[in-house]
Amino acid sequence: MDRIPILRMGQFLIVSIQVDMHDRLALTLQADLAARISQTGAHGVLLDISSLEVVDSFIGRMISNIAGTSRVLDAETVVVGIQPAVAITLVELGLSLPGVRTALNIEKGMAMLREATAGFEEADAAGRNSLSECDDDSAAL
Amino acid sequence: MADTSRVVRSDGGRIARVLEQDSSELLDAWITAQSGVLSNRGTISATELRAQSREFLSLLKAATANGPTGTGTNGPAWDDVRGFLADLSRSRAVQGFSPSETATFVFSLKQPLFSRLRRAAGSDADALSDDVWNATLMLDELGLYTTEVYQKSREEVISRQQRDMLELSTPVIKLWEGILALPMVGTLDSSRTQVAMESLLQRIVETGSDVAILDITGVPTVDTLTAQHLLKTVNAVHLMGAECIISGIRPQIAQTIVHLGVDLEDVVTKSSLADAFRMALQHTGRAVIRSAPPANARAREEA
Amino acid sequence: MTVLRCETMPVRSQQDVVAVRQSVRSFAVAQGLSLVDQTKIVTAASELARNTLDHGGGGTARLEAVSDNGRTGVRLTFEDRGPGIADIARAMTDGFTTGSGLGLGLGGAKRLSNDFDLWSRTGEGTRVTITRWK
Ligand SMILES: Nc1ncnc2c1ncn2[C@@H]1O[C@H](COP(=O)(O)OP(=O)(O)OP(=O)(O)O)[C@@H](O)[C@H]1O
Ligand SMILES: [Mg+2]
Repeated sequence: MDRIPILRMGQFLIVSIQVDMHDRLALTLQADLAARISQTGAHGVLLDISSLEVVDSFIGRMISNIAGTSRVLDAETVVVGIQPAVAITLVELGLSLPGVRTALNIEKGMAMLREATAGFEEADAAGRNSLSECDDDSAAL
Repeated sequence: MADTSRVVRSDGGRIARVLEQDSSELLDAWITAQSGVLSNRGTISATELRAQSREFLSLLKAATANGPTGTGTNGPAWDDVRGFLADLSRSRAVQGFSPSETATFVFSLKQPLFSRLRRAAGSDADALSDDVWNATLMLDELGLYTTEVYQKSREEVISRQQRDMLELSTPVIKLWEGILALPMVGTLDSSRTQVAMESLLQRIVETGSDVAILDITGVPTVDTLTAQHLLKTVNAVHLMGAECIISGIRPQIAQTIVHLGVDLEDVVTKSSLADAFRMALQHTGRAVIRSAPPANARAREEA
Repeated sequence: MTVLRCETMPVRSQQDVVAVRQSVRSFAVAQGLSLVDQTKIVTAASELARNTLDHGGGGTARLEAVSDNGRTGVRLTFEDRGPGIADIARAMTDGFTTGSGLGLGLGGAKRLSNDFDLWSRTGEGTRVTITRWK
C-alpha cells in the first residue's frame, strides 16, 4: 500500500491509520492531508491512531507536523485513540506532542472538532452528514 | 606447572568415561541416594525423578567430555548443564521444595560417583585423589548454582505476588459517569506507581472517562522517582485525551516536590478528593446542588 | 547469559525498519514481556533501526531472546559501518541532531530499555546494544 486513505465527512477530514507505516508513507500522508485540506476547505482533521501499536519519534513528528500544517490552513486537528502502552512509551521517549489536541475515541474527537469549529458550522452544515471518499487513489484499500 | 596442568587436563576424560561406562548403575545408585532425602515430599514422581536424573547425567557426560573439568563449570561447554539445572531449580522452587532439597539433587551424586571413580582408578592413588578433587569442585559449583537460581526464583515468585497484591491495592474507582479516581494509600515506590498508572490508563480507555483523579491523601512521602512517575502518569493521561487531577498532596509532600525541582506547573492539583471531585464534575458539565436543607436544620425549623 | 534464539536482519530500507519492528514485537511476545514493555522495546528498536539506516548508511539488526539466571529478555544489536559518531555524549543528549529529527532517538532508546550500550568510532561505524528484561 502506498497511500493512507483520507475520508471526507462534511467539513471534516478523517484519517484512520491501520497499518505499520514506513517513513515515506507517513510523509506522503502528511503531504496528502495538506493538499486535501486546502482543496476541500475542511475545518477539522480527525486522526485515528487507535490501531497503532507503536508511535516512535518519526510518527510523533508527523503527528505534530500535521497538526501544525492544518492550523496554518485554518483546520483543527484532533488525534484520537492513543493506546495506554503507546502513551506511556511516548512519555518515556520524551515526546509530549505539544500543540496537538487529543481525545479518547472517535466520538469524543468529533465532538471536540464540532465545538472547535462551531463558527463554521452553519456555513457548511449542508454536507456535514454525508460520508464521501475524497481521495480516488485510496479507493483500492 | 606441569603438575597442575596434568590435574586440569587428565580428569575430565576419566570422569566422562565413568559417566559413560557405568551410566545405568550410577543412575540407580544416585536415585536411591536422592529418594532417601526426598521421601517425605512426594511432590515429584519416581518416573519424573528418574527422567530428570538421567537427563542430567547425559548432559554432564557431554560437558565433561567436551572440556576439562579443572577449569570450572562456567564455559560454554556447561551451558546445557546449567540451563537444565536452572529449569530444575526454578520448578522446584515453585513446587515448594526447600533450598537444601533442591541442592541435594546435585550433592547426592557425589557418593555414588566417587565410589565409581575409586573403582576406575584402581591402585593409582594420585589419579583417584585428582579425580575426587575435580569431581568435588564440579559438583560443588553446580550445587551452589542450583541454590542461586532457587533463590532468584523465590524472589521472582515473591515479586509476582507483590505485583498481584499491588493491583489489588490500587483499585481504580468510578466516581461518576466519566470520572475515575485512584486513591493511593501507603508508600509509593516506582513499581507500584507504574502498576497503578497502567491500570488507570487502561480503565480510562475502557470507560471513556474524561477525568481521572489521582488521590494521594494516604501517601506519607514521595521521593524524586515517585514524583516523576506521578508526573509521567499525568502526561500519559493528557496524551490520551483525558484530564488528570492530583488531590490530597500533604504539605510536606508539596515542599518535597518543590525542593526536588519536579515541575508540576501544568498539573492540576487540589487539596482534597472532594475538591477534585467538584472540579471534575464542573469539567464534565455538572454541579452538585442541595435539593433540600440538611436534616438537622429542618428539625430546628419545625420546632 | 544464554541466547535462546537469534535472528539477524538487514536494515537497508524503510521496509526493513518496519520488518525489524514486527520481528522485535514477536520476540518480545514470545519472551513474555508485558504489553507496555513490548511497546517500549519495539519503539526503541524503531529509533535505532532508523538511525542505522539514515545516519549509518544501512547495516544489520540482531535480535536475541536471552535468559540470565532465570530472567528472560530481548536483546537487540544494531550495527553499521557508517561514519560513526564523533561526539557520543552530545549525540546522547535529547534534542541534539545532525539531521532534521527531534534528536530524541538515542536518549529515548536508552530510557526505553533496561541495558544500553553504544560503541562508535569515526570512520568505522556504530553499534548499539539494548536489552529489555521481563
Ligand atoms: N548509527 C549512527 N551512525 C552515525 N551517526 C549516528 C548514528 N546514530 C545516531 N547518530 C548521530 O547521533 C545523532 C542523534 O541521534 P538521535 O537518534 O538521538 O537523533 P536523530 O536521529 O537526529 O533524530 P530523531 O531520532 O529524533 O528523529 C544523530 O543526529 C546522528 O548525528
Ligand atoms: Mg534517530
